[in-house]
Amino acid sequence: MRAMKQLDPKPEILARRGEIIAGLLRILPKRAVIAEAVSLKPYETDALTAYRQVPLAVVLPEDEGQVVDILKFCAAEGVRVIPRGAGTSLSGGALPLADSVVVGLMRMNRILEVNYPDRYAVVQPGVTNIGITRAVADAGYFYAPDPSSQLACMVGGNVGMNSGGAHCLKYGVTANNLLGLRLVTMAGEVLELGGTHCDAAGYDWLGLVTGSEGQLGILTEVTVRILRAPEGARAMLAGFASNEVAGECVAAIIASGIIPVALEFMDRPAIHACEAFAHAGYPLEAQALLIIEVEGSEDEQDATLRRLREICERFAPVSMRVARTDEESAAIWKGRKGAFGAVGRISPDYLCMDGVIPTSRLGEVLRRIEEMSEDYGLKVANIFHAGDGNLHPLIMYDANEPSSFARAERFGAEILTLCVEAGGCLTGEHGVGVEKRELMRVQFSPGELEQMRAVKDVFDPHWLLNPAKVFPL
Amino acid sequence: MTPRDEEELAAMVRAAAGPLRVQGGGTKADMLRPVRAAAVLSTAAMSGITLYSPSELVLRARAGTRLAEIESVLAAHGQQIIAEPPRFFGPAQTIGGVVASNISGPRRIGGGAMRDHVLGVRAVNGSGEILNFGGRVLKNVTGLDLAKLLTGSFGTLAVMTEVTLKVLPAAEAVGTVVVPAADARAAVEVMAAGLGSPFSVSGAAYLPRDARAYLRIEDFAESVAYRCAKLAGGVAGAEILGGEESKALWAGIRDCAALPPGEAVWRVSVRPSAGPGVLRDVAFAGVSGFMDWGGGLLWLSGPATRAAHEAVCAAARGGAGVWWLMRGPEALRAAVEVIPPEAPALAALRRRMTAKFDPRGIFNPLKMWAA
Ligand SMILES: Cc1cc2nc3c(=O)[nH]c(=O)nc-3n(C[C@H](O)[C@H](O)[C@H](O)COP(=O)(O)OP(=O)(O)OC[C@H]3O[C@@H](n4cnc5c(N)ncnc54)[C@H](O)[C@@H]3O)c2cc1C
Repeated sequence: MRAMKQLDPKPEILARRGEIIAGLLRILPKRAVIAEAVSLKPYETDALTAYRQVPLAVVLPEDEGQVVDILKFCAAEGVRVIPRGAGTSLSGGALPLADSVVVGLMRMNRILEVNYPDRYAVVQPGVTNIGITRAVADAGYFYAPDPSSQLACMVGGNVGMNSGGAHCLKYGVTANNLLGLRLVTMAGEVLELGGTHCDAAGYDWLGLVTGSEGQLGILTEVTVRILRAPEGARAMLAGFASNEVAGECVAAIIASGIIPVALEFMDRPAIHACEAFAHAGYPLEAQALLIIEVEGSEDEQDATLRRLREICERFAPVSMRVARTDEESAAIWKGRKGAFGAVGRISPDYLCMDGVIPTSRLGEVLRRIEEMSEDYGLKVANIFHAGDGNLHPLIMYDANEPSSFARAERFGAEILTLCVEAGGCLTGEHGVGVEKRELMRVQFSPGELEQMRAVKDVFDPHWLLNPAKVFPL
Repeated sequence: MTPRDEEELAAMVRAAAGPLRVQGGGTKADMLRPVRAAAVLSTAAMSGITLYSPSELVLRARAGTRLAEIESVLAAHGQQIIAEPPRFFGPAQTIGGVVASNISGPRRIGGGAMRDHVLGVRAVNGSGEILNFGGRVLKNVTGLDLAKLLTGSFGTLAVMTEVTLKVLPAAEAVGTVVVPAADARAAVEVMAAGLGSPFSVSGAAYLPRDARAYLRIEDFAESVAYRCAKLAGGVAGAEILGGEESKALWAGIRDCAALPPGEAVWRVSVRPSAGPGVLRDVAFAGVSGFMDWGGGLLWLSGPATRAAHEAVCAAARGGAGVWWLMRGPEALRAAVEVIPPEAPALAALRRRMTAKFDPRGIFNPLKMWAA
C-alpha cells in the first residue's frame, strides 16, 4: 500500500542491531530500552497510519542527561534517531526507519515550575498539551494553543510541529506562546534558547527550532507563556446557501474589526457527517456553516454577538443560532470537535490534509476540490479555520481497496498544489513529515530548499536526526 | 549602492568585492556594533506596498518602504501593525529595518513581537541568490522557518528585499487605568495584577518620573469602559484616561519620549518581576529609565561609558535577561558586548549558520558580535 519511497536502511547498522542495543543498555536503565518485537510494534506508526515501519529499538529517557548520552552514542555509532512525543502527527513526522532508534519523550512528563506573577510555566516535553492548562486552570489560567488532539499530544511534539488549534486566530500558534527551550543537539550539546523573558538578543533560535519537526535536536524543556482566561466565552452558528456566501461573510466579519477567538467553517459533507455523529442540531439544508466564538463578560459577549448577528444577516443565512448558555455553546462545538470521528464513521479510512489559502480564494478552491473529488471518485469533507485560511479537507478512502489509497494520496497532493498556486502553502499546522516531503518542490525553489538544507547541516551535519522527512529525497 | 529592485541588488551582492554595510533608512547605524565596510548597500530605493488585503489581514511591502507610509495606509483602513514598533529611530525607518531589528513596542506583551507577525520575507543571501521564505497566509509551517531566523538578524545573514506582515484592525477605542506607584516594585505588582486579569491588558508600563503605573485596554468602546472600570475598581487613587490622552501617553512610551537626548541608550528584557532589580542595580552608575511590558522591558539611558555599560550588563544578567546597546558613540559600541555573548556551543553554531548564508562574510560583519 505504501506509495512513497522510504530511505533505505543502512545494512551495517541492521547487522549490528544486537551490539547497538547492548550499547544502549550500557548507558540507560533496563526499563528505558525497548527491543522486543511485540513491544516495538506500537511505535511503528503515528497518526498517519498508512505508513508503518518497526524501528531498530525504542528508548524512553527519563531526564536530559540520558537524552545527551543517547544522542552522543547514536552519533558515534552513526545510528539514525527519531524523536517522538505522543505519536499523533498526521504527516508521519514520527514515522520510524528500520535502522533507527526512536527516542520517546513520554517519561519526561513533569511540570517543573509555574510562575503566575511572571505568567510562564516550565515543562518537560512529555507533558500533554492539556496537562499545562489543567495545572494552571485552578488559578484561572490556560495555555492557549489547543490542537484537537490536546488530550494526547505532547508539548515537545507541539513545538516540533508548531501546532495550532481552533483558538489560534486570537491567541496565535505554538511559536507565539513560547519563551524558552532546552535543545540537545545530535552532538550531545545542550543549548539554552530564549529563557523566561521576551525576545532574543541574538538570532531567533527559538523561532527556528519551533516547527523544525525534530530535524535540529531533541527538546528537553519548554517554557511557555500562560494566560489568564477571559471571563467567559460563547459560540454562535450560522448556515449559508453556498460556500462563496459563507466566505464573503467571513471577510465581512474581519473587515468589521471583530477578531473572534474562533471562526470555523464546515462544508455540506462535513455538516452532514458531524450531524449524523453528534446530533448537534446543525442545519442540514445549509451548504456551509460558520461557528463563531467570542469572549468577555456576559454583556461583552452579548454586544459582540449582536454585531456578528447583524453581519451574518446581510448574507441571508438559512439558519442562525446564538448560544445563551455554556451548555448551548458546547452543543454548537460538539459536532465540530468530533469531526474526525464523524468522518471516520462514514468512511473506513481518511487522509486529513492541511493546506492554507488566502481566504479570498475560498470559493474557487472549494469548487475545484469538488471537481477533483468527482474525478478521483473519492468523497471529501472540508473543515476550515476560516479566519486564517487553514483548510482541512478530509479525503475518504478504503485501505482494503489497494488503488483507493494511492488515489487518495494523489488527490491530496493535487489539493495542496492548488493551495500553493492560490498563493497559500502546503501545511498550516500538521507539518511536512513524510507526507508532503516531495511536494516541497512545489512551494520552494531548489535554491530555497538548499538554504534550508544548509541550516539542517549546521545542527546535524550527518543527517542522523529524523531523516527522510521535510526535505525531498 | 541603492539598487532599484531585487535583481539589481542580487547582482550588486554577487559583484561585491568586500564587506557591505546593509541598511534601509540607516536609522539604526548607532545601534549595536559599528560596521566597517567600504560600501553601503541600502534598500531605501526599493519601496512601495505590493499587496494589501485588509479582509485577509495581510500587507506586503518592499523592504525600503518607510514605516510611516505603511502605518498611514493601514490607518486609512482602520488597521495597524500589531507589534507597535517604536518611532524612537526617526522618520526614515524602513519596514526592512524594523523587521531586521525585531523591535516591538508596548503591545508586544499581549499581541506579540514583530517576529510573531512576519509571514514571509524575500531576501538575497551572500551568494546573491534570491530566496523566498514563508508566504502571505496567516498560518504556515512548511519547512524550516527561515523568515523567523532572518527577523532580528540585523542584516547579517541576508538582505531582505520584501516582507509580508500580518496586520490587525485597530481597536475602536482605547483607555488607560492610571495607578499611583511609590516605586518600581509596587508598579510591577499593579501591572502583574492587570496582566493577570481576564481583561486583555494591551500595555503595562511604569514611568518613575510620574510615580504611576499605566494599564491600557484597546477594544470596542463599551468593552474599554467596562474593563477600565473593573481594573480601577477598589484600587486606591486609580484614575481612568480617555482615548486622546491615552493615545498620546502610549505613543510617548512607545517612542521613549521620557529618555533624555544625548545619552547612551540600552534596552533590557527580563522576566517582569526582575525589572525593578534592574533599575536598582544600574542606578549607581547614573543609569535610569522606565519599564514597559509589565516590568519585563527596560529602556535605560545614562553616560556613554564602559562603566555604565557594564552596570547594565550585570543588571540584565542578574535578572536572567538580555540587553541591547541601542545608541552610543562608536568607540563605546566597538569596545563592549552590545548584546550578550552566547554560550560557546551556540556561538559555534551561529558562526556556521552565518557562513551558510553569507559564505564570504560580507553582510554587516561584526554588527552583533565581536567575533
Ligand atoms: C485527532 C487528531 C487531531 C489533531 N488536531 C490537530 C490540531 O487541531 N492542530 C494541530 O496543529 N495538529 C493537530 N493534530 C496533529 C498532532 O496532534 C500535532 O502535530 C501534535 O503537536 C503532535 O504531538 P505529538 O506529541 O503527538 O508528537 P509526535 O507525533 O510524536 O511528533 C511530532 C513531531 O515532533 C517531533 N518531536 C516530538 N517530540 C520531540 C522532542 N521532544 N524534541 C524534538 N522533536 C520532537 C517528532 O519527531 C515529529 O516530527 C491532530 C492529530 C490528531 C490525530
